[in-house]
Amino acid sequence: MASATNLSLAPPSSAQMNDDLLRPLRQTSWRFYVLVALLGSIVAAGVVAWFAQMFFGFGLSGIKWPIYWGFYITNFVFWIGISHAGTLISAILRLVQAGWRRPVTRCAEVITAFALMIGAMFPIIHLGRPWLAFWLIPYPSERLIWPNFRSPLVWDFFAINTYLTGSMLFLLLPMIPDFAVVRDKSTGLRHKIYRALALGWRGTPKQWHRLESAMSIMAVAIIPVAVSVHTIVSFDFSMAPVPMWQSTIFGPYFVAGAIFSGIAGLIIAMAVLRKALHLQAYLLPLHFDNLGKLLLVMALLWGYFVFNERLVTYYGNGPAEMAVFWQTQRDNYAPLYWTMVTCNFVLPLIILGIRRFRTITGCVIASFGVVIGMWLERYLIIVPSLAHKYLPYTFASYRPQPVEIVITCATFAAMILLYVLFAKVVPIISIWEMKTGDHAPRPAVVEHELGGVRQ
Amino acid sequence: MKAVYGLYPDGSSAQQAVNRLRAAGLDDREITVISSQPMDEYEFGEMDKATWIWWIACGGGLAGMATAFALAWLTETWWPINVGGLPTWAWWPNMIIIFELTMLGAIVATAATLVVTAGLGRGGRLYDPEVSNGMILVGVENPPDGALGDLQRTLAAPPGAHVKTI
Repeated sequence: MASATNLSLAPPSSAQMNDDLLRPLRQTSWRFYVLVALLGSIVAAGVVAWFAQMFFGFGLSGIKWPIYWGFYITNFVFWIGISHAGTLISAILRLVQAGWRRPVTRCAEVITAFALMIGAMFPIIHLGRPWLAFWLIPYPSERLIWPNFRSPLVWDFFAINTYLTGSMLFLLLPMIPDFAVVRDKSTGLRHKIYRALALGWRGTPKQWHRLESAMSIMAVAIIPVAVSVHTIVSFDFSMAPVPMWQSTIFGPYFVAGAIFSGIAGLIIAMAVLRKALHLQAYLLPLHFDNLGKLLLVMALLWGYFVFNERLVTYYGNGPAEMAVFWQTQRDNYAPLYWTMVTCNFVLPLIILGIRRFRTITGCVIASFGVVIGMWLERYLIIVPSLAHKYLPYTFASYRPQPVEIVITCATFAAMILLYVLFAKVVPIISIWEMKTGDHAPRPAVVEHELGGVRQ
Repeated sequence: MKAVYGLYPDGSSAQQAVNRLRAAGLDDREITVISSQPMDEYEFGEMDKATWIWWIACGGGLAGMATAFALAWLTETWWPINVGGLPTWAWWPNMIIIFELTMLGAIVATAATLVVTAGLGRGGRLYDPEVSNGMILVGVENPPDGALGDLQRTLAAPPGAHVKTI
């Protein structure tokens, strides 16, 4: 439980921070084991479903001509989008030196690492013969067939791997000083493990400068990489002559949507961590308020992009495009479409736009809406267009089968499981960043609002 | 390893200790300062600030760019594939590969430089776990035997000092 001191306006002391932030690593309740067992069994069910799909073939899924991209590619785009929660947001906040980012950054960066891993699995799950996935890797093949660098799928390979590598390093490097704290505060086998992970970190001025310089460089490098990743994911669609896909705004539209869903995922994760790990003294209403405002801005931006895309299509009045357009506006896919608009635009606008509702609970409700809405958005980009291509003989419908639903649920469970396990072995809030400025000789500067500073 | 060091509860005391060690004739390279957070607010926190890491990151980026260029060029000229009427060497799509590997090169070079220049992975140096509780360590590693007493007195002078010898 956070101490009474922590719940007052006075910031927690160094020792108190150690106790509060290392508590989840030291204490394990029966709830943890129950949760891990539950999530683990859902993940296991997903693995069984995948193996069944490999063994019995793709006929088990609902993917068939002409709709070759269904739930799996929807999930791929969705998870890559969620991955924008962390590294990108953390890098931007680091570069603008927003002091309120400190308790938020690691919670966010972890989402990136795990969401990217899960997202990157989907093109492999989507392969009929996943053991041939290495064909994407450029290597001197005896078949004399190298990857085609003019294919967006190969761009995906390079972009996602660059982002994953960068995000992992961006997450891992600032963890080293915290591993040193755990090393100093533990005994026995745990001490040995964290001593190895701390890499002999001591905390000399030289080490701090190098770490901060490295983090600044990585923040500068990771922002354009993050933007490129989702732009390239959008190229998977916009480079194809499919109705409503060939759009010049798909790049920024996807990037905005990714950041939008990423912030929503981050708010949900922070709220759960705050409650489950008793981090009320660190994850303050201020953080949710600031992230809620960002979510509101992204909701407006998302609304602008959707309006823009639909309006241009409507004025273009191409027969193939309009067939897809009306499918989403008033025909088969209309219920999903208007649910998406409600979740992504109406709900955040009402909850986050009215100050009285922008509480932690309000932000979490809006975020759940956005996560659902953004998953629907990915689905509605992919399926209606493939179901209504240019000629009527290619019209079809898609119905997801149990194997796809189980695998989809399993990836959500996998995300939560990885996050829970991570929070069990690594301080989920960066201890050294929270302590930064503790010894400042002058009165501490308190950032209380987004962009505002109070002395 | 022999060492004499003081643990200080705040930055002002640690700064005083560093100043006194300098006044006693020690060079910055001979003084060890350790803290559990960056101490940019104090002069001693600025020690060893100069770094080539930005230049090395740029070098890594250039190496990544060269690798991407070579990979794309060699692949497309040695095994040409006619795709969608695009030229064999198509700048626009290749720029994506070149951009990604440039950034990857810069990121990996930065991480490698941090590990090497921050001395990560090297053990057996002066350290005290009290640092994790917020204490600031100021000390001298392998001091000359004759100077031990003077150093202990120097380190004990600032308020709140707790001097140890190992």
